[in-house]
Amino acid sequence: MQEYTFEKITSRSRTLKNRIMNILITLSALLALTPLILIIADAVIQGMPALSLSFLFSTPVPVGYQGGGIAPMIQGSAIMVAIASLISIPIGVTAGIFFSEWPESRISTISSFSNDVLAEFPTMVIGVFAYATVVLATGTFSALAGGIALGIIMIPIVARTAEESLKAVPNSVKEASLALGIPRWKTVIYVVMSTAKGGLITGIILSIARAAGETAPLILTAGFSNSFVSNLLNPAGSIPYLIYYYGISPYSSWHAIAWGAALILIAIMLSLSLAVRLFAKVRTGLEVA
Amino acid sequence: MMKEDVFSENVSLQGKLAKMYVVGLRAGYGKEIILKGIDLAIRDKSITAVMGPSGCGKTTLLRCLNRLHELSSNAFVSGKVLLDGVDIYSKQVDPVSVRRKVGMVFQKPNPFPTMSIFENTVAGLRLTGIKDKEKLNAAAERSLRLAFLWDEVKDRLDRPATSLSGGQQQRLCIARALAIEPEVILMDEPCSALDPVATAMIEEAMFALKRQYTIVLVTHNSQQAARVSDYTAFLYMGELIEYGQTKQIFENPSNELTERYVTGKFG
Amino acid sequence: MFRLGNKIDKDIIAKVIASAAALSVIAILLAIGYELYTNSLPSISKFGLSFLWTSNWDVSKGEFGALPFIYGTLLTSGIALLIGLPISVGVALFLTEEVKGSGRLSQSIGTFVELLAAIPSVIYGLWGLFFLSPFLKNYVEIPLNRYLGFIPLFSGTPFGLDFFTAGVILAIMVIPTVSAISKEAIRAVPNNQREAMLSLGATKWEVISKAVLPYARSGIFAAAILGLARAVGETMAVTMVIGNVPSISVSLFSGGYTLAAVIANQFTEATGKLYISSLIEIGLVLFLIALVVNVIARALLQRHQIVIRV
Repeated sequence: MQEYTFEKITSRSRTLKNRIMNILITLSALLALTPLILIIADAVIQGMPALSLSFLFSTPVPVGYQGGGIAPMIQGSAIMVAIASLISIPIGVTAGIFFSEWPESRISTISSFSNDVLAEFPTMVIGVFAYATVVLATGTFSALAGGIALGIIMIPIVARTAEESLKAVPNSVKEASLALGIPRWKTVIYVVMSTAKGGLITGIILSIARAAGETAPLILTAGFSNSFVSNLLNPAGSIPYLIYYYGISPYSSWHAIAWGAALILIAIMLSLSLAVRLFAKVRTGLEVA
Repeated sequence: MMKEDVFSENVSLQGKLAKMYVVGLRAGYGKEIILKGIDLAIRDKSITAVMGPSGCGKTTLLRCLNRLHELSSNAFVSGKVLLDGVDIYSKQVDPVSVRRKVGMVFQKPNPFPTMSIFENTVAGLRLTGIKDKEKLNAAAERSLRLAFLWDEVKDRLDRPATSLSGGQQQRLCIARALAIEPEVILMDEPCSALDPVATAMIEEAMFALKRQYTIVLVTHNSQQAARVSDYTAFLYMGELIEYGQTKQIFENPSNELTERYVTGKFG
Repeated sequence: MFRLGNKIDKDIIAKVIASAAALSVIAILLAIGYELYTNSLPSISKFGLSFLWTSNWDVSKGEFGALPFIYGTLLTSGIALLIGLPISVGVALFLTEEVKGSGRLSQSIGTFVELLAAIPSVIYGLWGLFFLSPFLKNYVEIPLNRYLGFIPLFSGTPFGLDFFTAGVILAIMVIPTVSAISKEAIRAVPNNQREAMLSLGATKWEVISKAVLPYARSGIFAAAILGLARAVGETMAVTMVIGNVPSISVSLFSGGYTLAAVIANQFTEATGKLYISSLIEIGLVLFLIALVVNVIARALLQRHQIVIRV
């Protein structure tokens, strides 16, 4: 019987290289995770001390004074996101309806492509655009301008997720409705959209989360303010801008506030993201990337 | 079942040992048992056909011979497969080395699309670190000739492999498998995606190849098995029903199931 | 018959309304370009095309050139890809090829990598400013400068707030996108390609490097371009760690500026028509670069029929 040594066939260096690359690949996955862990840790460590109920509900105080909070910024963010939603949800969902109902149309192809391009666009540019239009027209930085800028940022996201959720509705549902004599427009608005409700809502939540975290466009539109929003045509504070403004300041007490605000923002963002992911997976079986 | 019992009187080894022995092979996925205990001998320098209706486990059997089966998720395999007396499933054996000795040609031709015809042929050799231009050229020519493809491609070795027709691509895959000089070549229904002309060319190549190599051929086409092979194994529902010289299996099968299969009554 | 006519009319009205919404997306894109252009006219008429290659940015003299910012944008995005692409491909391979990672572990790692995308840019900037910048300065820049300082790339005085840190932060920020698309590209590689390479006696890594990655390379390229598109447009994280100095330096450890960062930093302080319109023209340049890169990225992705969500 022949002595067979299989071991010598694959050279040692090849086996070694295989093992090294395996390790490197695993390492890169861990490396990619490290910043996430570090950022969250940093936010918790640096931000926790600043957090308190009064932090959420009181107004900022001058440097050197104790206490104070970021309530006006929370309000400002909320108002601007609300304006943005008011603009983007109708336009975005309707556009999404068009993409899913008339996908062969020329308008659909071009618009869908533009939509995708707009979704990845530098938000700073959108801020400049809102400045050149709204701010120059009204002569002032304003919550309205900020809301409009955020709205433009939200539209492509809403449109895209709306399109996907609507497309995911099985044809049989549509056909059943049409067969009952319900006109097409009613079918889409009442039947298809309610079936796609889950996906539509998750899409809207995702886009709101995205808009709530944007800073750059607000620099040129809403500016910054330490007080509550009383007039939509006045500058308004926002959470992200606060983080920026206080973060780059020379005062360590302001740094702590920035981290506190950052912790709140991260907590909102991450929980929304996770919730949306789980919700989407469970409800529709689709993976929301 | 002892491995000696696998052989009926017609198929005595006349003192020679078989190239490969399959002993008590069980395999499947998760709870599904596909092979229920196969004992088989694969004789050297010959073509052994493995045939049977869909789902009988013939492809699984083949993929156990080069340790490809275990890479699928949930796959399990137990038993022994001896190659020249050494169990390829023993802990000391590196599966990578097994696949070097036991090559495979797949059902659908799968040349590497980003490589030229030449590069495809020598892909296996490059893995072993051979860089010498002369050696590679010689090996490429030798393998392509053995696969009956040389004359058709010798002037366009740098063209992409995807520029070849389906039948040519499959012969390229055969050449690619041959270049690393394996000892056994496994063929998983190599002609099922090809037209009759291409099929004929590959069968002709097989005839030439069996003088140097051991070939195990899985086929759902019993006529092909009859045309081409020296020995035939008939599998049904994960069990080896009958094994013997092809002539005997087809003209005088001992098992009723075998007879029904070869006369086309099912499968 | 009268009623039928009513129904059809309403369907047409619905289509018109819906197409109006769709058209508005195109309109927005065009409007942005238009507004940027008209508002930069003062500076365009003064400097013309030389705006693009003049490196002078002198506010007091009224001389404005965009070169330092174009340089900074390209340099930091380049670093981002250089560092981020290999890591992203590694992540993608980990998630798809199951390199010694258990199934459930890779799923959670996959989710966590995607969570990286949910962190707002300004928080990356905050973290970069307080943690990453000092860390890189002490553990990477100073050693590199000490031992390899003769190479122009690593020369100068490491300060921490420079091209290098900005590049690293951008690399982290593009990982979710690039790895997600690379993952799809790798998944799309047919299994018989892997098996063909395996049957030639290849190790797992050899299968990846010689069969999977070559096959997936154009998809991975598309991923890289989209990552580039993201990196080019990033503002807050960059402006908080890049030093905000309009300098064109070969040294990675020199402070710099990018197109987006200069707008964020200087716009609110800008006075005078020329200054403001120069900044808006910078916005126009960024618009054009982003447009080109994004269009190329989208076209490549469509060719591969890869669908990604935001």
